[in-house]
Amino acid sequence: MTTTSLADEVGRRDHAAWKAPNEAAYRRRERSETTVLAALAVPGLLLIGAIALTPIAWLFWLSFRSGSDFTFEHYERLLHPTYTLTLQTTFELSFLVTAICIALGYPLAYLISQVRPRLAGFLLLLVLFPVWTSLLVRCYAWLVLLQRRGVVNSWLQDMGLIDAPLRLMHNFTGTTIGMVHIMLPFMVLPLYATMRSLNRDYMRAAANLGASPVKAFWGVFVPLSFPGLFAGIIIVFVLCLGFYVTPALLGGGRVMMWSMQIERNVTYHSDWGAASALGVVLLAMTLAILWGVGRLIGFDRIVGGR
Amino acid sequence: MLRRPATETQITHGGRLWLYVLGGLTLLFLILPSLLVIPLSFSDSRYLAFPPPGWSTRWYEAYFDAIEWRDATAMSFTAATLTMVISTALGTLAAYGMHTSQSRFTQLAYATFMLPLIIPGILIAIGIFLLYAHLGLNNTLTGIVLAHSVMAIPLVVILVASSFKSYDMNQEMVARSLGASRPWAFLTVTLPQIKTSVISAALLAFITSLDEVVISLFIAGGDKATLTRRMFNALRDEIDPTIAAISTLLILISVFLLGLTQLLQRSPSQQPTPGNEPSPRQSAKA
Repeated sequence: MTTTSLADEVGRRDHAAWKAPNEAAYRRRERSETTVLAALAVPGLLLIGAIALTPIAWLFWLSFRSGSDFTFEHYERLLHPTYTLTLQTTFELSFLVTAICIALGYPLAYLISQVRPRLAGFLLLLVLFPVWTSLLVRCYAWLVLLQRRGVVNSWLQDMGLIDAPLRLMHNFTGTTIGMVHIMLPFMVLPLYATMRSLNRDYMRAAANLGASPVKAFWGVFVPLSFPGLFAGIIIVFVLCLGFYVTPALLGGGRVMMWSMQIERNVTYHSDWGAASALGVVLLAMTLAILWGVGRLIGFDRIVGGR
Repeated sequence: MLRRPATETQITHGGRLWLYVLGGLTLLFLILPSLLVIPLSFSDSRYLAFPPPGWSTRWYEAYFDAIEWRDATAMSFTAATLTMVISTALGTLAAYGMHTSQSRFTQLAYATFMLPLIIPGILIAIGIFLLYAHLGLNNTLTGIVLAHSVMAIPLVVILVASSFKSYDMNQEMVARSLGASRPWAFLTVTLPQIKTSVISAALLAFITSLDEVVISLFIAGGDKATLTRRMFNALRDEIDPTIAAISTLLILISVFLLGLTQLLQRSPSQQPTPGNEPSPRQSAKA
């Protein structure tokens, strides 16, 4: 790159004097320098490889082992109703949370993209605040709010909307509320990034050509915001699939997610065969979704969110 | 005011009042629950009624008096500080190396760095648990720091790599043509100009470690339990108001760190990066 151009430059200047040996020397130096620079990434890669990737390869191996034999039994066991039901719950919850995040996140991102930059910066800060707040703090807040004699129930009763306290936590409802709260910023931020950068002249053109505001919004603005929307959907959905902490706390053991089955098999049964098979399936689902969507709209857009 | 056009298509502010209301309510939904914990932590009652029947600092006293909470806090902060140092150093080094070398190896390396964000947290957690069981690293500070560093390095790489995109590498070339060595040119010319991103990345690494739950649940037990592990177990059993006090302190730390990153971005030396690449942070926790 830059190194090359500089080397070329110097090489050209000294061309007359000692062209051949010099050029070769510069090439060699450039190559060795590139190697040294590339090597700077090695310590980090080694750490990730050793701590995160090696054990996952090991789990993959374990998922096909029974004693010293090769087996599919751990995967066959996943067909048991316990696990298929868990899979169903996991997908239902993930779809529901993603849908609510779109419903709440799209208008909010749209609003932030429409206001003056200073105000937008402030509103964005409000969206970022939950992201920087500890996950457990937010789960705790919801436990306090949603419990039987919690804030939400007492307010609803005071207003006369309900007679008896509603069951809001340790069930599907509480888990959904908690997860939407955690995931919403990851819908809003990529959406906002796309909406802010799209060309407003298209909206003017649509209005100028006689489209009603509603038609211009649905016909022009929404399609232009699709990259951000897709990015948000993928991030939220994939995070939901493997989510552990919030369902474990707010579900109170009644909402069984795929990740919780993994934890159970390790903690209570020390059943590494089942746990690793569950883990491999989860990873496969995650990668399949990312790969599929990556082929559709380009992977950089998902990762970068723009 | 409400009659003034608000958009290119001449919708008035009044005509989209519903949008302002809906957006406002959604923001309240995002912010309010966490903030509600703060007054609750000063309640004098065991029952978390709102508004609290009376005020006291008994839950803070309960927190500071309990040796297991104090130990867990010290453990978490030690681990977070060490994680910050290791992941910022390794991540910045890697981002610089990948940006300047641009070999075929670069793209593969970058993808590998992103893997800890893509792989579900629970899977990484049981993997590390399995590995550490064989290495004897479970329930050790070393083990916790290495595991947290793996989760933090990708975030550092993303932030620092994105700052290189807007940095003109020729400046370093100038320094070198004037006689500086490559490391010296990096330290004196490049690093001061990307320092905003590096510091932001360090803060993100710190909070990633401090808030990490899933891996810590498996590998940080016994007397090496982190704050998050103790909190998680306490939350599973009962809703103890001591946690409200701890939560309030954690919220203050979050606000402080978030404010710090915002102040850094305001400094004119660097373009602000709205959106803040937030996605990775959460996936580390999910």
